[in-house]
Amino acid sequence: MTSFAKPSINLKNAKRNKLGLTRRDYEGAMSTLCAGCGHDSVTACMAKAFFELSIEPHRAVKVSGIGCSSKTTAYFLSEAHGNNTVHGRMPSVATGAAAANTELTYIGVSGDGDSLSIGLGQFAHAIRRNVNMLYVLENNGVYGLTKGQFSASSDIGSRSKKGEENLSPPIDPVSLGLSLGATFVARGFSGDRAQLVPLIKAGLKHNGFALIDIVSPCVSFNDHKGSTKSYAHTFQYYHPAVHADYVPMADDIKTSYEDGEAVPVELHDGGMIMLRKLDKDYDPQDRAAAYAQVAKRAAKGEIITGLLYVDESQKDMAAMNKMTATPLNALPYESLCPGAASLADLQNRYR
Amino acid sequence: MNAPDGWKHQNAVPPTDTAEPDYFHKVVDCQWACPAHTPVPGYIRLIAQGRFSDAYMLNRQSNVFPGILGRVCDRPCEPACRRDRVEDEPVAICRLKRVAADHKDDITDRLPKKPAKTNGKRIALIGAGPASFTVANDLAPFGYECTIFERFGEPGGLMRTNIPAFRLPEKVLSEELGYILDMGVELKLNSPVSSMKALLDEGYDAVFVGTGAPKGKELNLPGRDQSENIHIGIDWLESVAFEHTKAIGKKVLIIGVGNTAMDCCRTSLRLGADNVKVMARKPRAFFKASAWELEDAEAENVEIIVNHSPKEFVVDNGVLKGMLFETLEYVLDEKGNITKQTVTGEVVIECDDVVLAIGQDNAFPWIERDAGLEFGKWDMPLVDEVTFQSTREEVFFGGDAAFGPKNIIWAVEHGHQAAISIHQYCQQKLVTTRLPNGVKLAPTKMGMFEWSFSNSFDAAERRIMPHVELAKRFKDLGTEVELGFTAEQAATEVERCLNCDMQTVFNAPLCTECDACVDICPVECLTMTEPAAENVLREALEIPASNTEQALYVSPALPLTSRVMIKDENICLHCGLCAERCPTAAWDMQESEIIINHVEDMVPGASS
Repeated sequence: MTSFAKPSINLKNAKRNKLGLTRRDYEGAMSTLCAGCGHDSVTACMAKAFFELSIEPHRAVKVSGIGCSSKTTAYFLSEAHGNNTVHGRMPSVATGAAAANTELTYIGVSGDGDSLSIGLGQFAHAIRRNVNMLYVLENNGVYGLTKGQFSASSDIGSRSKKGEENLSPPIDPVSLGLSLGATFVARGFSGDRAQLVPLIKAGLKHNGFALIDIVSPCVSFNDHKGSTKSYAHTFQYYHPAVHADYVPMADDIKTSYEDGEAVPVELHDGGMIMLRKLDKDYDPQDRAAAYAQVAKRAAKGEIITGLLYVDESQKDMAAMNKMTATPLNALPYESLCPGAASLADLQNRYR
Repeated sequence: MNAPDGWKHQNAVPPTDTAEPDYFHKVVDCQWACPAHTPVPGYIRLIAQGRFSDAYMLNRQSNVFPGILGRVCDRPCEPACRRDRVEDEPVAICRLKRVAADHKDDITDRLPKKPAKTNGKRIALIGAGPASFTVANDLAPFGYECTIFERFGEPGGLMRTNIPAFRLPEKVLSEELGYILDMGVELKLNSPVSSMKALLDEGYDAVFVGTGAPKGKELNLPGRDQSENIHIGIDWLESVAFEHTKAIGKKVLIIGVGNTAMDCCRTSLRLGADNVKVMARKPRAFFKASAWELEDAEAENVEIIVNHSPKEFVVDNGVLKGMLFETLEYVLDEKGNITKQTVTGEVVIECDDVVLAIGQDNAFPWIERDAGLEFGKWDMPLVDEVTFQSTREEVFFGGDAAFGPKNIIWAVEHGHQAAISIHQYCQQKLVTTRLPNGVKLAPTKMGMFEWSFSNSFDAAERRIMPHVELAKRFKDLGTEVELGFTAEQAATEVERCLNCDMQTVFNAPLCTECDACVDICPVECLTMTEPAAENVLREALEIPASNTEQALYVSPALPLTSRVMIKDENICLHCGLCAERCPTAAWDMQESEIIINHVEDMVPGASS
C-alpha cells in the first residue's frame, strides 16, 4: 500500500442528525498534511459542527487561499461548493460569492501567512464589510509549507526548530479583529474540541463576519521546546475566558443552564448563543474592555480563548448595501439584466 | 492548562493493564469464544497468503481436527466475530478452516513421530471419539502408551455414527484420526469396556473416559411400543452410518429441533423419504439447532412445524399411521420468555416413520458403583471442572462424558486439559498445576503506510458456500453437500477478517495530544477526556461504548493535560489508522500471540 484511505463504514449505532446524515457524511478527502497537524483537528471539528447543525453539505461554500491551512477545505464537506483561490485573496472571492447568493453558508479557511502577510489588506476589508461568513484562521506561527520560516504571528522570543529567535512583533488576529470592528471575534485551540466545536457552530450562525483565530500547532516545524505555538506551550498557557454554545430555537434553553450562569445573545435565525464566563472579569460584549483584557493577557504570556467579543446588532454586508435577498441565480432574467434602456436610464441619473 | 469546570476525578478508572493475558485475548473475540482458543486471525492470514499447510498446522495445535471441524464445528467463534459490528454476517471462520484442510500439502512429516521408546506409562482411553483422540494426540508423542477402546468396528465416535457422511466425508474423518494413530496409539476396535473395575485391574497408570452421551432420550407416549417404525435419533443415525439401515418410509416426522434432528431429517431424504416434517414444540426463537443447520435442512425442502406438542403415536394393527399433536399458543414477555402456554386443539399428522431427536443422556452402566468413583446428581460421575479428574485419582473424564452433551470443540478442549492432568499425575506432580496463559506482542510496522497485515477495511459481504445441486444430492448418503469455497471466494472471505489480534497498543508518555488518532478513527472509538468512573467514560465517546461486555481501554494520564486516552475495544476495526496518523508512535499496532499451554508446554524442552 503506498497510501491509505479512511474506509467508509456503516456503523450500526452511528449518530444521525436531523437530515439523517452521519458525521462521516461531512468528511472530505484524506488529509495529506503531516500526521499530528493541528489543522486536521480543526477540520474534524468543522465536520462535526456542520453535522450537529444539520446543514446540508451542498448548501455550504468553502473558500481558501494558499498554504497548509488552505488545503484543508478539501478534507471536509466533500459535497459542498469550494474555491481554492490565489494566495491571500480568499476574502475577495468569498465576498463576491456572498453577494451573489445570501442563502448559502460561507466558510473561509486561511492561515497566519495567508491572512496576516500577503492577504492582510483583504482580511481587514472583509471584516470592515462585515461579510456574512465564518473566517477560520489556522494559526501556527510558521510557514509550514515552505519548511518553517517565522510568520507574521510568531511571538517575540519564539524559537525556530534550529534555535533561531524571532525578534519581530506578532500581528494578533484577535486584537486586529477587535480594532477593525469585527462583530464576532473568538480564539480556539485545535487541542480543545469541546470548546472549538461550539465556537464554530456559533460562528456559522452569527450574522456577519465571524473570526475564529485557532492555535493549530505545526507538528513538523513548530512543535518543539522554545516555540510558543507548540502543543505543550499552548496547553500550559491556555486560558479559556468565555465559553459559547449555540442553542437552536427549538431547544429549551432553560433546561441546560442554571439562572445567571449564562448570558444569552439572540441571533437572527431565532437561535441563541449562550455565553458562559469562565473568567468572571471578562465581558465579551464590551469591545474596549475586551481589547484591554486581550492585551493584558497577551502581555502575561497567556493565551486567552473562547468567544472574546460578540455583537449581533450590526448590519452585515448585504443589509448595509441593500442587496437582494434572492440569490442571483434565482432572479428572473429581466431583473438580473434589465436591458439597454434601463442602463441608459441609470447613466442619465449621473449626468 | 486550567482545568475546565466540571472535571471530576473521584472514582476514576485506573489505567488498563494490557499485560494481563486475558485483556488482549478478549479483544480477539473469536479466539476467546472458542473453547480450544484457536488463534483464528492468525490462521486466516496464513490462508490469505496461500500458506495452507502452515494454517492447518497452526489450527491443529489447538483444535486437532481442522478438516473435521472446518465442516461440522458448532462454531462458537462466528457469533462472537467482531465483523457483526459493521454488518450482519460474521467472517466464515469455520469454512475458511476447511480451506486450509482441503488445500494443504502432505503434512505428515510435520507431525510428531511415534517415539523411539515409551516412557512406560500406560493410558487406557475409553471411546474412540474426539476427546480420547485429543488426549492421545497430546500424550503419545511424549512416550505415553495410549490404548483406545472402541465398542464399534470403526473409530470416530459420534463424528462417525451421528454426523452423516454428506456433511463429514469418511475420508476426512479417517485422515485426521489416522494422524494420531500414526503417533503410535493403539486402537482396539469392537472392544466395548463392560467393567471399569476389570479395566482398572489391568494396571493402567491412568484411565480416560471419553464415551460421550450415547443414550438417546425416549418419548414415552401411548403407542410407543406398538410399532417398529419409531426410532431413537442417534441410534438410527448410527445404524445408517454402519449401513444396517438403508431405507425409511416416504413420510417421516422428526420430533425435536436440535442439530441431531437436522441430521435425521436430511438423512431421511437420502434414504427414500420425500415428505419430511420436523416437529417443534416451541416457536422458532427457542430452537436448539444452529441457524445454518436449519437453513441447510430447509433448503432441502424439509418442513419445520412449530407449536406442536406430541401426544400419542397413532398405530393401527401394528402399523404406524401418524402422530397426534396438541397445537399450542404461547404468550411471550418483553424479553421473549414464555409466560403462558395454551392448548388450542389437536391434530393428527400422517407418517410412516417417526424419529425421536429430543436430546441425549450419559450412560455409565459399565462403571460399577463400587469402583471408587463417586456419582452425583443425574447419576453423573463427579468430575473436576479444571482437571477433569474423577474422585478416583487415576480416572479422568472428558467430552460429553464429563458434563453432558456439548460439542466436538468442547470435547477437544476437555481432551487437552485432561491430557495435562494425566501427564502431571503420571509424573507424580499436582494435577491442579496449570501454566498460566500468556501474551506476546510483536511489532507490525514495515514502513510508511505499510503494516505486516492487510489493514485496509474490505467491505465485501460474506461468501455463500456453494452446495451440490439439490437433484444430485440425494442419490447416495456420501455425497458431500458443501463444495468448499472456490479460490476466489476464499480470497475474498479472508479479507473480511478484521485482524483483531493486531492490537492497538498505546504508550501514553509519547502522546502529544494532537487528536490525530481521534480524528482519523473511522468508527470514532477513541477520545481523550478527563479521568472518571467507567460509566462516565463510556458516555464520553462520540458513539457511547454501550456494550459493557467489551473492555474500555483507559490509558495512564497523558503528559500535557493529565487527561486519559480511552478506547472502546468493541467497535475497533484494527485498521491501524490511529497508529498511521500518530506523529510520535504513541499508538502502535502490535500482533498479539495468546499463549495457551498444552502438554508439550509442560514437558521441558519439548515446546516448539
